[in-house]
Amino acid sequence: MQDKSSEGLAAGNISFRYGKSADWILRGINLTVKPGERVGLIGPSGCGKSTLARIIAGYERPLEGEVLLNGSPLPKKGYCPVQMIYQHPEQAVNPRWKMEKILCEAWTPDAELLKDMGIEREWLKRWPAELSGGELQRFLIARVLGPQTRFLVCDEISTMLDVITQAQVWEILLKAAERQELGMLVVTHNMALAKRVCTRIVSLPEINGAEYR
Amino acid sequence: MKKCNTRTRVMIYIGFASVYLLGIFFWGLFMPESGYDVNYADKLLPPGSGHLFGTDFMGRDMLMRSVKGISVSLLTAALAAGISSVIALAFGVTAAVFGGRLDSFVNWCVDLFMGIPHLVLLILISFMLGRGAKGVTAAVAFTHWPELTRVVRAEVISVRSSQYVRAAYKMGKSRFSVAWGHVIPHVLPVYLVGVILLFPHAVMHEASITFLGFGLPAEEPAIGVILSESMKYIAMGKWWLMLFPGLMLLLAVMLFDIIGENLKRLWNPDSGNE
Repeated sequence: MQDKSSEGLAAGNISFRYGKSADWILRGINLTVKPGERVGLIGPSGCGKSTLARIIAGYERPLEGEVLLNGSPLPKKGYCPVQMIYQHPEQAVNPRWKMEKILCEAWTPDAELLKDMGIEREWLKRWPAELSGGELQRFLIARVLGPQTRFLVCDEISTMLDVITQAQVWEILLKAAERQELGMLVVTHNMALAKRVCTRIVSLPEINGAEYR
Repeated sequence: MKKCNTRTRVMIYIGFASVYLLGIFFWGLFMPESGYDVNYADKLLPPGSGHLFGTDFMGRDMLMRSVKGISVSLLTAALAAGISSVIALAFGVTAAVFGGRLDSFVNWCVDLFMGIPHLVLLILISFMLGRGAKGVTAAVAFTHWPELTRVVRAEVISVRSSQYVRAAYKMGKSRFSVAWGHVIPHVLPVYLVGVILLFPHAVMHEASITFLGFGLPAEEPAIGVILSESMKYIAMGKWWLMLFPGLMLLLAVMLFDIIGENLKRLWNPDSGNE
């Protein structure tokens, strides 16, 4: 059996900066997300929230420290159990693919999930340029809700949506997270949103050893 | 009547342009030499029913000579496009995928070639290889890759660093399936349009260096030869010697441009559904 204390997605002593002579953005960060837990990561613009999210999702390598999933590093090959949803959905889809192909790149969601997500059947035949940001974001969420996903890193995923769509997207996401017992790291600068959807809130400037200026 | 959409219209443009260019090419390719035989009885005839484009100072039919000339130019251009595009693809992809030193080297080569005026480079290479058909073809073939190399390199780099490609790797996709599913469909249309847009350049450059006397020999019915000969007769009022071959060259070049631009519209996802 897995050691209970190492279960979850853990960032240990992470430090990062862009370029060799730049200022440190992140210094000695420790952050753990347990399965089923929804951690809100808040902080002002430019304090390194997105950078930390990208590191935790394995898109960026930390200069010091490591990200561990249940005690071992993130797999380099194959489906990564830590998936990311992005701030700009239009950049995360291949503009030359139809939505159906984009949706089914990693797995094939069933009709029920699509209905829950509010994805209409006719959207599947369209190109990404023909859908709105909110509609695209639903596809991107459905795309990473495959059975192998254990953790979701959501980087400002609803910032560019209007309030109604925002509410819908979060409702869908929370339902799915509950069903699959996903751990979530929710990056946002919207305190009200964080309070509403998260089980725990962490302020990045408070755990960051680097000076924020 | 139902209005045709852009897609249909674009296809029609491309169809007409291709049929015309292929027609000229094969007509010239299989034309017997008797088509443009010397006939001193009919020299310097103005355009008329017997000779649609008139005849030159040796009584050769200008329509036939022009068609043959364009056809020769197209053949040279096809070789140039073929060779230059392969060089461009190899260089561009290598630079983008391996980066570092190789990337710097490729960029250095591109800058080197683009730093020398193209026409001077063409003349130098053609002259070095002893002029004639061999000289022109080699010169045109080996100097048209730098622009396309840049394009291919930039496209490969941009698609490889895009969020959807990085996400695909995270979703466990192999390098092969990313290349096949994301990179090739993104780069191929741009590349093919680039290859087609190489043709008008190559045609013009072949005609130019032949016109300047560094290319095909005077007895060859090349468009550059025809145009440089006609210069001598323009002052004598023999306008048809220059006008019709010139127009045919212009038309061929413009048609390639039309094909290239329309394919671009057809393959671009933003305008592909219009």
